[in-house]
Amino acid sequence: MSFYGLVDGSEASLKNYLGSLSGVDQVGADERAAMLATRSIKTTSKRWAIDTAISMVDLTTLEGADTPGKVQALCTKAVRPDPTDSSVPSVGAICVYNDMVAVARKHLDLVGGAHVGVAAVSTAFPSGRASMPVKIQDTRDALDAGASEIDMVIDRGAFLSGDYIGVFNEIVQIRELCGTRAHLKVIFETGELVTYDNVRKASFLAMAAGADFIKTSTGKIAPAATAPVVLVMLEAVRDFYQMTQSRIGVKPAGGIRNTKDAIKQLVLVNEIAGPEWLTPSLFRIGASALLNDLLMQRMKLDDGYYASPAYVTID
Amino acid sequence: MGSPVSFDYAPAPESRAVISIKPKYGHFIGGKFVAGSKHFPTINPATEEVLSQIALAGKAEVDAAVKAARKAYTTTWSKMSGKERGKYLFRIARILQERAREFAVLETLDNGKPIRESRDVDIPLAAAHFFYHAGWADKLEFAGLGTSTKPHGVAGQIIPWNFPLLMLAWKIAPALAAGNTVVLKPAESTSLTALLFAEVCQQAELPAGVVNIVTGDGSTGALIVNHPGIDKIAFTGSTEVGKIIARAVAPTHKSVTLELGGKAANIIFEDAAIDEAIEGIVNGIFFNQGHVCCAGSRLILQENIAEEVLEKLKKRMSKIRMGDPMDKNTDLGAINSKEQLLKIRELSASGDAEGAQRWTAPCELPAKGFWFAPTIFTGITQSHRIAREEIFGPVLSVLTFRTPQEGIDKANNTPFGLSAGIWSEKGSRIFWASQQLRAGVIWANTFNKFDPTSPFGGYKESGWGREGGRHGLSAYLKGVGHE
Repeated sequence: MSFYGLVDGSEASLKNYLGSLSGVDQVGADERAAMLATRSIKTTSKRWAIDTAISMVDLTTLEGADTPGKVQALCTKAVRPDPTDSSVPSVGAICVYNDMVAVARKHLDLVGGAHVGVAAVSTAFPSGRASMPVKIQDTRDALDAGASEIDMVIDRGAFLSGDYIGVFNEIVQIRELCGTRAHLKVIFETGELVTYDNVRKASFLAMAAGADFIKTSTGKIAPAATAPVVLVMLEAVRDFYQMTQSRIGVKPAGGIRNTKDAIKQLVLVNEIAGPEWLTPSLFRIGASALLNDLLMQRMKLDDGYYASPAYVTID
Repeated sequence: MGSPVSFDYAPAPESRAVISIKPKYGHFIGGKFVAGSKHFPTINPATEEVLSQIALAGKAEVDAAVKAARKAYTTTWSKMSGKERGKYLFRIARILQERAREFAVLETLDNGKPIRESRDVDIPLAAAHFFYHAGWADKLEFAGLGTSTKPHGVAGQIIPWNFPLLMLAWKIAPALAAGNTVVLKPAESTSLTALLFAEVCQQAELPAGVVNIVTGDGSTGALIVNHPGIDKIAFTGSTEVGKIIARAVAPTHKSVTLELGGKAANIIFEDAAIDEAIEGIVNGIFFNQGHVCCAGSRLILQENIAEEVLEKLKKRMSKIRMGDPMDKNTDLGAINSKEQLLKIRELSASGDAEGAQRWTAPCELPAKGFWFAPTIFTGITQSHRIAREEIFGPVLSVLTFRTPQEGIDKANNTPFGLSAGIWSEKGSRIFWASQQLRAGVIWANTFNKFDPTSPFGGYKESGWGREGGRHGLSAYLKGVGHE
């Protein structure tokens, strides 16, 4: 692999590459995110933003209690989020554990959702604490079951101990395994990396290693997709595009529960990375509860009042 | 999904319904609104709509205001305990918070600044100044002038048009806390929030004559400055007028503080956090349309990162939303007056004439009103006029340096010295640079941060004295025995 010509695969070149990144001032990043949160999105733009957000949702269930029945229900909802209104777009993908991938793929195809992807969380999700052969087998299982997107976690312990080359090599191996079969999303678990400098560093590391998407969190740790963390990642993909002419996607996940939060994310995308990123192929939102709030806000735009939750389907 | 990618924010205008503007205003003297004799129009600079007619105070009105202030000083305000004075200031602060939306809307209409800034910066900070100084009113023995202090008496205060209510708060709050009474003149083009503040004084039941507001132009200001019944002059405005005032009060008993112009250096070192520095540059020069005396109007860039920073800066500037100041998503509003617009154009033209390279963010200027798109000039040296003269608009002059010392030398090579910014991730460099810079306010890894506890003021031609904090308060006091 060429790694965009940024690194040659050696530890020295990776160190050099990561060392060339400028720092992130936390106060300034927080301030910028807070300022963009004051954008007031109304009427036609709100309508556009809600539909765009729906199409970007990775509708997620990652529970020990997941069953085929539950996953099938979610797949149906993913294809037709509002059964009473066919103008509502399908979501971007379903996100499940890898033993549910085959169930999801089969059911999506059955209910007319061939266009909806199946994302599998992988590499010993959520902690990433397993040997590399286990992580490879985990990913291979998901691919063989028909996953079109792999959401892998990085080894945060390795990252925090300074073993950047170890993290890099894991991503490279999973990338090779995915080949052309699946898109690779790399999850940082920003709540464990903590500093924005680390988030920026992890972003550039993952992008050079071949990530198609960089993703904030597993959803199992708080804080997750805070606005400033997403801002730092959007700056990273924007800068990476300047360096390589390649557009890498961003997926915030965890903590985005209502329409207001989702629209704030879209404002960040629009003003930081740029409007080119306002597409499900470059921006996804990992969520479960969010979808119904988007649907209820959408109904409110049409009807002028908030409907009872009885008018949206629970799954 | 095949839908077009378009996220143009629909208009999100703040409502005007919360305010009512009278067709004509008088002066506020001795606790009452009194009719003016001559009037001039005040306009909304974003639309050129005439908002109201403002009275032009002549000698009779200024005399009456000074007389009312003197009477209030001798009979009421100087006799009142600090604790009681503080209660009035707390009350004013609370009313400002309660009526914040009215003030924000009125300020934006009269000044042209974006509602986001009047709502999030001007009005909350104005209230904060009253809260802060309310707390000082009964603690004046800790102001640094010894255990026994006295107010000056009647303070004459002349404020500018860039932050109308905020500058009023900077002036009135410490004056009142210290026990002075005031005659204040707002700027000719932005009197409306001062007149609404007069209503707040009535609402707070402030004793009559403690605050007097006379409106007018430079001639009214001159009457205040030269009035024998005034003990202290506080002025914020241009260096040119500041010099006239300094000459006028030199042979008198009046004490004086002046907050004047600036040409602040925003110095970006190679190790800066670049994205946040870009925000700091944008905030430094485009906040309030660049109508900020401490604006970071000279960007002093380390040469080895200049290209990267300028490229990012231009991209960021292309995202600045310019237009209707009442729209909640507007970042850059209207230039306050035609006169100021002409001055910005004239100085910018000098940049072209002297061979600097102009770059302007692509944006559509509204058909009516006074507008100037965000602009940077590169290829600037110390010898360009726009590296030396204050433009007071959204125009940034970009200079480069090779070594840290050269950066500091360029930053200090100016007759001004109000503020400066340092951008570096290296703590030792920040401390070193801040010790070298000759400016009254220095920000590190941020810019244009204001707080009532922090003294603000300039070196050299940027002014005399400080406002805010203990230092600002002490300008309104004298130590007994030091008269």
